[in-house]
Amino acid sequence: SPEFLGLGCVLCSSVEQKIYVVLNETVPCVRLLNATHQIGCQSSISGDTGVLHVLETESDLDWILSSGPHPPYMVIMETAFFNRSVMMRMKNSSRVAGVAVIISKTGLADNFSPHTTCPNQNTGVCSYGSDLANCNGTVWNPLGNGLSYEDFSFPVFALKDENQTQVLRKCYEDHNQRVNGSAPQYPLCAMQLFSHMHAVTDTVTCMRRTDLQNRFSINPEVLCDPLSDFNVWTSTRPLNNSAKGHAADESVVIAATRLDGRSFFWEQAPAAEGTVSGIVTLLATIQALYPVTQEAPPPRNIFFSFFQGEAFDYIGSSKMVYDMEKNDFVIDMNNVHSMLEIGQVGLLSGRSLWMHSDPVSRQNKSVSEMMSRMQSAAAGLKLTVNHPSVSQPLPPSSFQRFLRARRIPGLVLADHNTSFTNRYYESMYDDAENLNVTYPSGLTPDEQLVYETDAAKSLAEVATLVARSLYLQAGGEENNLNNITADPKIVAQVLYGFLVQKNNSWFRSLLPPEVTKKGVNSILSPGPPQFYIGLGPRVHGPAHSVTRFVQYILANLTGTVTNLTESQCQNPSELSTENKDLFSYFWVSGPASVNSTGEPFCVRASVRLSEAVSPAFELLEYGSRNYSTWTESRWKSIRARIFLVASRELEMLTLGVGVAVLLLSLLVTYFISSKAELLFSSARETPTTTY
Amino acid sequence: MTVAVFFGCTFIAFGPAVALFVFTIARDPLRVIFLIAGAFFWLVSLLLSSLVWFITVQISNKNSATQQTGLLIFGVVLSVLLQEAFRYGYYRLLKKANEGLLALSQEDTMPISIRQLAYVSGLGFGFMSGAFSVVNILSDSLGPGTVGIHGDSQHYFISSAFMTLAIILLHMFWGVVFFESCERQRWWGLGAVVISHLVVSCVSFVNPHYQGSLIPTYIILSVMAAWAYLCAGGSLRNLKLCLTCKDKDFLLANHRPR
Repeated sequence: SPEFLGLGCVLCSSVEQKIYVVLNETVPCVRLLNATHQIGCQSSISGDTGVLHVLETESDLDWILSSGPHPPYMVIMETAFFNRSVMMRMKNSSRVAGVAVIISKTGLADNFSPHTTCPNQNTGVCSYGSDLANCNGTVWNPLGNGLSYEDFSFPVFALKDENQTQVLRKCYEDHNQRVNGSAPQYPLCAMQLFSHMHAVTDTVTCMRRTDLQNRFSINPEVLCDPLSDFNVWTSTRPLNNSAKGHAADESVVIAATRLDGRSFFWEQAPAAEGTVSGIVTLLATIQALYPVTQEAPPPRNIFFSFFQGEAFDYIGSSKMVYDMEKNDFVIDMNNVHSMLEIGQVGLLSGRSLWMHSDPVSRQNKSVSEMMSRMQSAAAGLKLTVNHPSVSQPLPPSSFQRFLRARRIPGLVLADHNTSFTNRYYESMYDDAENLNVTYPSGLTPDEQLVYETDAAKSLAEVATLVARSLYLQAGGEENNLNNITADPKIVAQVLYGFLVQKNNSWFRSLLPPEVTKKGVNSILSPGPPQFYIGLGPRVHGPAHSVTRFVQYILANLTGTVTNLTESQCQNPSELSTENKDLFSYFWVSGPASVNSTGEPFCVRASVRLSEAVSPAFELLEYGSRNYSTWTESRWKSIRARIFLVASRELEMLTLGVGVAVLLLSLLVTYFISSKAELLFSSARETPTTTY
Repeated sequence: MTVAVFFGCTFIAFGPAVALFVFTIARDPLRVIFLIAGAFFWLVSLLLSSLVWFITVQISNKNSATQQTGLLIFGVVLSVLLQEAFRYGYYRLLKKANEGLLALSQEDTMPISIRQLAYVSGLGFGFMSGAFSVVNILSDSLGPGTVGIHGDSQHYFISSAFMTLAIILLHMFWGVVFFESCERQRWWGLGAVVISHLVVSCVSFVNPHYQGSLIPTYIILSVMAAWAYLCAGGSLRNLKLCLTCKDKDFLLANHRPR
């Protein structure tokens, strides 16, 4: 009813708006499960509430963990305090209701990697003895603190939006600040975080419960989903996609890299040095190789593959190897001649790259031949390639899954000799700045798109090296090598699109018209893309953006323009000149000019997607030790809000007053109704009325 | 603000009304029916006044604060006038129904007097009015937060509860005074009821200065309580006798055998 509104607030008619301030931009940490453990964070089903406290100094930490009088606390953690020791102390304390971490560059330590020190140590190559396995020889990620793999029983959110953090700070300063060391008075500012996860314990338990739900419940509720998406592959000579198993007369050199990354928080993974450097290099390699392989084709086919899900125990590469062994892929292991993988190549020190190889197969002379071909390819460039010590194992790479199946010769190219040079491996800070991709101020977005940074030029060099080595490895002629150079402009454009802004004019021209026209949920939302694998298009609406981008960039770089109409492009099998087995057909927007949007056209390319879901889920071996078993829990709502809380005494007082009023009114009413004849009798009564 | 505050405010707002219901109305089904009918009449009056309010808000200029404030005042005044009009309508209906009830009943005396009807209908109005005032606020009081993050007063819930308590009791007293004034054709009594209702509603505009709105409301509540007591057949002498517990002698002395 309008009677209770103060004049000052005519239009805010909701009491809820007077009490709560809802935080719109929430970046949670969610629960992931594998065959044996659960990791990540969990809140209680009705949210976790705590009094806000900003963690800026050591005395704040004491206040939260032992001396503060108003537990539980909701900690607003400054960037400098987001490390293992503080988080483990929070984990073991019962006085912490949740943590909101401020993500900013101020106060950021020199290094921060929440990943483990030995990534994917149980799903790589099996054959190492105890002296090399489990990073006994070389610790790949020594700066890793393993926070991403801990299990927290309280919610942890990230505060990326500076305005939102300011709202929190203001509420804290207004109500929760300590005055001269004494405790702050009620009412206090508090925050409530909701991130209740449905799955518990491990993947085996969660999938068993999901299966039970599917079989016996009318409204089955899925508790967790396997991480899945697609790998992208292409080849210099088209392969017949409908002919599975061994491909006759095909000897293939595989060039591979990874497509994904991760961080502590859900769907946040800028993965610049960890992943983008590899993707950009391989894309530029393909662009450099393609014209030459059409004019002067080498004897062997070159098969390019981008593997998705490598951060989670090699989902994509294990699936491809499994398909190859089962004869369910266009080629099989007998077709594979050798493999070259591009690891992290963005932070070269002194222009030198390192070729990592497997110590066991080092004795095989094909590996040393590969190395010498690479060194001769590097001769004309300003790069040097070296090999690390013979006894060092392979770094975490998709090549390890191929080795696990068959001893093929191969190399992993990286910018580090022993441990990673990436100081922010698999964290939210592995962004453009970590890769030294910065643009001078004052450039428009279109100018930034084509501006060639030093990083772009360096990656173009690496791509040229890789392209030339691949050509030699595929048996090509040495005198064609000088025609193979990567274009730094393409490198710059891809770097801009993957690190700074994915909604740029080049990406828009490559993608289909319906994608570029979509609204808020399109894959072309502002900002850089995030490289977390996600749950695939089965669960999430639009396809994973990075997979789509790579697919369409490859179509642009290696495809041919056809003059098919849109309906013909969708159904090319009706035309006799087109071959759906050898090629894919893409309807793309085309470059937009100032006056109008582009004219869409049909591109034919031999780019394909292959499913990247762990074989453990096909074989229904949810507790598998051989394959990845990572799943992501489901949840109902993830949100955050702040409000004031009153003291317990005031609440009890209100209850006491209420009970007193009720009892008093019961007493008085009983008294009045029992004495009613007396109280309401009066000389004016008429005999006909009754009481 | 949690369950404690929810129950505290519920008991404050509805305590006396529930006590009255339990001890005086619940045993007699006829009174229950008239209570619910009274509540329904109040509901219809609210429906009409909110319809008018909704239409005027839609056609008004949403961005002008003064216009919205003026509309709010207009809405409150209209709502009060409509409530009193429906109270009068209910009175006319009850008068007509009473003759019919007399014809239907087995006894030769009326099963329920107009005075009792006045009390029951007033309480019905009060229940419904109180429910609409406070249920929305009570449901928000269940959550963990309290009012105040935008600078409002912390005492929002408890003030609303006390205001609702006053409104429910006031409706009951207004009902008694109104029906009595209509019976005795004392039109100034009607006017007083309407004016005091307007004053109570409009004084809520000074919120969030809760003292400014609660104190006048409780003063009017005491005045109306005394007036209703007198209308219902009470007197100061009866009250004194009752309180000093000399009632037994009085009853015996006054009781004439029939």
